[in-house]
Amino acid sequence: MKGGLLRGRGLQIYTWLVIAWLVLPIAVMILFGFNDTKGRYNTAWQGFTLKWYGKLFEIGDLTQALVNSLLIALLTMVIAGVLGSMIGLALGRYRFRGSGAMNLVMFAAISCAEIVMGASLLSLFVTFAVPLGFWTILISHVMFSISFVAVTVRARVMTLDSSLEEAARDLGAGPWTTFRLVTLPMIFPGVLAGSLLAFALSIDDFVITNFNSGGTMTFPLWIWGATRVGLPPQVNVMGTLIFAAGVLIALVNGLIARRRANA
Amino acid sequence: MSRLRASLTPYLLLFPGGLWLAIFFVIPTVVMLSLSLQSGDVVNGYVFTFNWHSYVDGITTYHDQIVRSVVYGTISTVIQIVIGFPVAYWIAFKGGNRKSIYLFLLLLPFLVSFVLRTISWQFFLSDNGMLLGPLKSLGLVPEDFHILATSAAVIGGLAYNFLPFMILPIYVALERIDPRVLEAAQDLYASKTQIFLRIVLPLSLPGVFAGVLMTFVPATSDYVNASVLGGTGNTMIGNVIQNQFLINQDYPTASALSFTLMALLLVGIFVYAKALGTEDVLEVAAR
Repeated sequence: MKGGLLRGRGLQIYTWLVIAWLVLPIAVMILFGFNDTKGRYNTAWQGFTLKWYGKLFEIGDLTQALVNSLLIALLTMVIAGVLGSMIGLALGRYRFRGSGAMNLVMFAAISCAEIVMGASLLSLFVTFAVPLGFWTILISHVMFSISFVAVTVRARVMTLDSSLEEAARDLGAGPWTTFRLVTLPMIFPGVLAGSLLAFALSIDDFVITNFNSGGTMTFPLWIWGATRVGLPPQVNVMGTLIFAAGVLIALVNGLIARRRANA
Repeated sequence: MSRLRASLTPYLLLFPGGLWLAIFFVIPTVVMLSLSLQSGDVVNGYVFTFNWHSYVDGITTYHDQIVRSVVYGTISTVIQIVIGFPVAYWIAFKGGNRKSIYLFLLLLPFLVSFVLRTISWQFFLSDNGMLLGPLKSLGLVPEDFHILATSAAVIGGLAYNFLPFMILPIYVALERIDPRVLEAAQDLYASKTQIFLRIVLPLSLPGVFAGVLMTFVPATSDYVNASVLGGTGNTMIGNVIQNQFLINQDYPTASALSFTLMALLLVGIFVYAKALGTEDVLEVAAR
């Protein structure tokens, strides 16, 4: 019994060590956003400062890259959110010929290596002489996000009771009214979770974007390009702010879910 | 009329998203296959000639990188199972009402860009950086000791970056185990080891399989870790594909290598699924 207790404690310490390992580079990133670095290399600690938060937007093309990233992520969230939710609803609610093929394509898209996806999409754009840039990045992000949204929404739809919709129809509601007042509110948590996932996938994507960006910069691409000459502290600050926003959204989301579960 | 509409509804719902996937995911794969069989160069253009040479040349020239990718991908995946399984186990069985907090902490890295996290490691592990700098000035490690530009750094980076994708599916599989099954085993005088080996481990295998699928594929095809942490001597097949596509613009070779990588990954997953011996494992993964 005592051995078991000890073993439990050991595993707990071990779990915390793994978590520490996972967050270590984040801590390094946040810390060096406060570094009072003098030269071009932000590598050695030279004292605490807040000045990089003040000079956050002083590097024009970095700011532009961040704006591009946010814009593309927002558009991806909306487009992939809508298209993916429609697929998820169809697959979760209806039995029909061809659903197996759709599931297979989505499984392939989720498990496909990013570099293969990025390279083959570039092959398409090169073959048809499509100019690379903002729009090709957006196309690629929607492409790889749709399946993730669809899977999330499908899981939600499958747990729902369709008798509520039948009841609404029996009470004289048309298909659109039923969808708007009954189906949509019920699947909305899934739609929201899927859309947020699409946003997160889009803003972080590097590999597929690298293949289809042409000269257009996103935040990860800019960082990649700057590694050889040294990263300015502004990158750390932007990373910190994105991280903080993500934590905040997750916490608010968790609180709402908890309140709803208690109510 | 209404019946017709009801039977059309799922297709109407599928159409826009399905079309997007068809044009930008399925067709590109076919285009790339055709590209890999063309010959020519970037100046004079390419023609389709059933030119298998791109495959032969690509594989013979970049043999080292292909082997290295598979080896690094495999080692990092095994490391992730070894590191991740106990974590998933502890959270699933001992996490109590704080499970969601632990899961949240495991997902924190995803709120920071993948590239930025990897560069953060480069920074932390650099020759006179936060880790080695103090150790060297204390004389604990020799002056020329380095971690970056070694295969260990690349494998470590791969294991780090994809670890949450390993832990989560294992956690989900373990969490689904009905505690009454474990109690029943205990009542029937099974030892702790027996319970683990004969109940917990087999029931966790679908999760391990999903985890391997989600980590082996990105780890094997990755080129960010090899570039940032591996220096020049540890390039993987992803680095080659990236260079051929984006810098040399040798599209046939690059496409042939992409296809080779895809085939390797598919074969790897298939063999692994067979070795595990359960068809339902694939079904679980597909769900």
